[in-house]
Amino acid sequence: MLYFLTELKEGLSISFRSIRANKMRSVLTTLGIIIGIWAVTVMATAIEGVNIAFDKSAEAFGTDVLYIQKFPWVSNEDWQTIRNRPNLKTHYADKIERHASLIEAVAPVVATRRRATYGNNAIEDPMISGTTNAYLFAAGVTLEDGRFFTEEESKGGRPVCAIGATVVENLFPREDPIGKTIRVAGHPYTVLGFFEKQGGLFGEFTSDTRIYIPLLSFQSHFGIGKHRHVTIQVRVADQESMEDAKMELEGIMRKVRRLSPGDRDNFNINQQELLTDTFDPISATIAAIGLFITGLSLLVGGVGIMNIMFMSVTERTKEIGIRKAIGAPKRTILLQFLIEAASLCVIGGVIGLFVAYVTSLIVDQFLPTSMPIVVVFIAIAISISVGVIAGFLPAYRAAKMDPVEALRHE
Amino acid sequence: MRNVIELRSIVKTYDMGGVEAVHALQNVSLTIQSNEYLAIMGPSGSGKSTLMNIIGCLDTPTSGMYEFNGINVSEMDDNELAKIRNKEIGFVFQTFNLLARSDALHNVELPLIYAGVSATERRRRAKQTLEHVQLGDRIHHKPNELSGGQRQRVAVARALVTNPSIILADEPTGNLDTKTGKEIMKLIEDLHHQGNTIVLVTHEGYIAEHAHRIIHLLDGKVESDEKVLKRKTYTVPQVS
Repeated sequence: MLYFLTELKEGLSISFRSIRANKMRSVLTTLGIIIGIWAVTVMATAIEGVNIAFDKSAEAFGTDVLYIQKFPWVSNEDWQTIRNRPNLKTHYADKIERHASLIEAVAPVVATRRRATYGNNAIEDPMISGTTNAYLFAAGVTLEDGRFFTEEESKGGRPVCAIGATVVENLFPREDPIGKTIRVAGHPYTVLGFFEKQGGLFGEFTSDTRIYIPLLSFQSHFGIGKHRHVTIQVRVADQESMEDAKMELEGIMRKVRRLSPGDRDNFNINQQELLTDTFDPISATIAAIGLFITGLSLLVGGVGIMNIMFMSVTERTKEIGIRKAIGAPKRTILLQFLIEAASLCVIGGVIGLFVAYVTSLIVDQFLPTSMPIVVVFIAIAISISVGVIAGFLPAYRAAKMDPVEALRHE
Repeated sequence: MRNVIELRSIVKTYDMGGVEAVHALQNVSLTIQSNEYLAIMGPSGSGKSTLMNIIGCLDTPTSGMYEFNGINVSEMDDNELAKIRNKEIGFVFQTFNLLARSDALHNVELPLIYAGVSATERRRRAKQTLEHVQLGDRIHHKPNELSGGQRQRVAVARALVTNPSIILADEPTGNLDTKTGKEIMKLIEDLHHQGNTIVLVTHEGYIAEHAHRIIHLLDGKVESDEKVLKRKTYTVPQVS
């Protein structure tokens, strides 16, 4: 054990002396590993970042919220059949509220795009969502300030609204929006409150770009014809009984829709899980392909290391001969060159990691990234492995050299 | 007197891959006792390098028996031979063969590293040995900062540091001028007086004359093996 440590120390000092003696060559060789580790790490970081961003974004849909809609979010079903389904009606929400026992709140939501203005400020086409006062509880969203509309305001079809964070940024860059009256397609609406910023990849679906108004106001200004898509948003009381709640809702909806036992559902109950379930295999495939391609650059780097190690062994034949004559066993010579190759790779790996970290900070301005600490350890482990694998053949050649031949070498 | 080296019917044949094999050593038998000072002579091609390689455990004979301190080494594998070279044999080469990037101290420490000696002990012994060859003030000099004679002294120190059973010097003065050559020969002479067993390989008669016994090789055979009656010496004769 002690001998091994001495050997390791000696191996390290030899390799650093040799690396220093061939600075230019070492730098160029290491560059291959730097680029390889950089590419792999940046790729891993980007994939991890997108995954985290996706999960965070998907949370905007609420883990305990069900969306009853005409169309499924993700489907392999024949478009022809689902296209001909009847539209949902806003009054389904009342039926669900009356009959469902496992739910916390239910709210119908209809939406359209209209221009909204305040003074000279405008936002081109935010989602105008008509809903009831129950929405606040059904969606599980949080107000940053102010309040949502009350049951009275909702039932009375009052010209009031609650707005998302992006809408606030556009219409009220330097003002408190509460109490101000904005115009939505010319109709005045008084702002009661605004939401926290949700961010993420699904800007369209978050509250950020939305203006919520009472359902009745929506009906009178924009109309709820038979072609308007209606979403019934339901928040379950207990996330544990999500599946039961779903079954219950399906039963109520089938009754409302007067479906016979043999008929297939002509609506869908969507939930966040559908998105993550769909996204995960896609992201895994992207990750596999991405890491494979970037892994190739690491492989090229490894080939570079192997090449330089073969050169180094040939150049130092005499030295190997001297060491062998003096009594270095095969294992020591092997270890010495393996350490040298691994040192080159680890130096490259650390620099590559550092460059990747800087890159990820820059990329983070445009795309979400995340460098987990485990990636750091994996990258270092990969560097050492590449060094050991690439260094093995040259080191083995050095180890099995004939001392007489090696000493004769000039 | 104890036998350090015993060679019996050593044959070394190099298969050149062609029709004819080269018989570098043909039936060489030789015994070297402890504290002997032996010179191996012969023209180039006589097999003296091959013999030195076999004695030095750098190479193994094609056939024959080689006993080192009573242990049969003719059938040892590479790692066992490495151990013998490390512990029992001190090499001094014509071209010094020092590690160019290491200082004198590290060069002398090297065999002790392979012997698994602890760092402090290593340093102490290497320093002591360098002082012994009058290089105590040059321990941190690299080979290219030393003169030829000093380099060869470092090499001698490296050969001595493990306290080997024999010191094998292959043309130790071949790359030195006459004056430094004499200094090195005196150093070797001193080592012999201190009880070391010396095997000197040379083709220069006047160098060989320092030894007690000279072996002449010709065409891979021992041609003569004689005691030197009138030895040349650089040491002051001791009063008995």
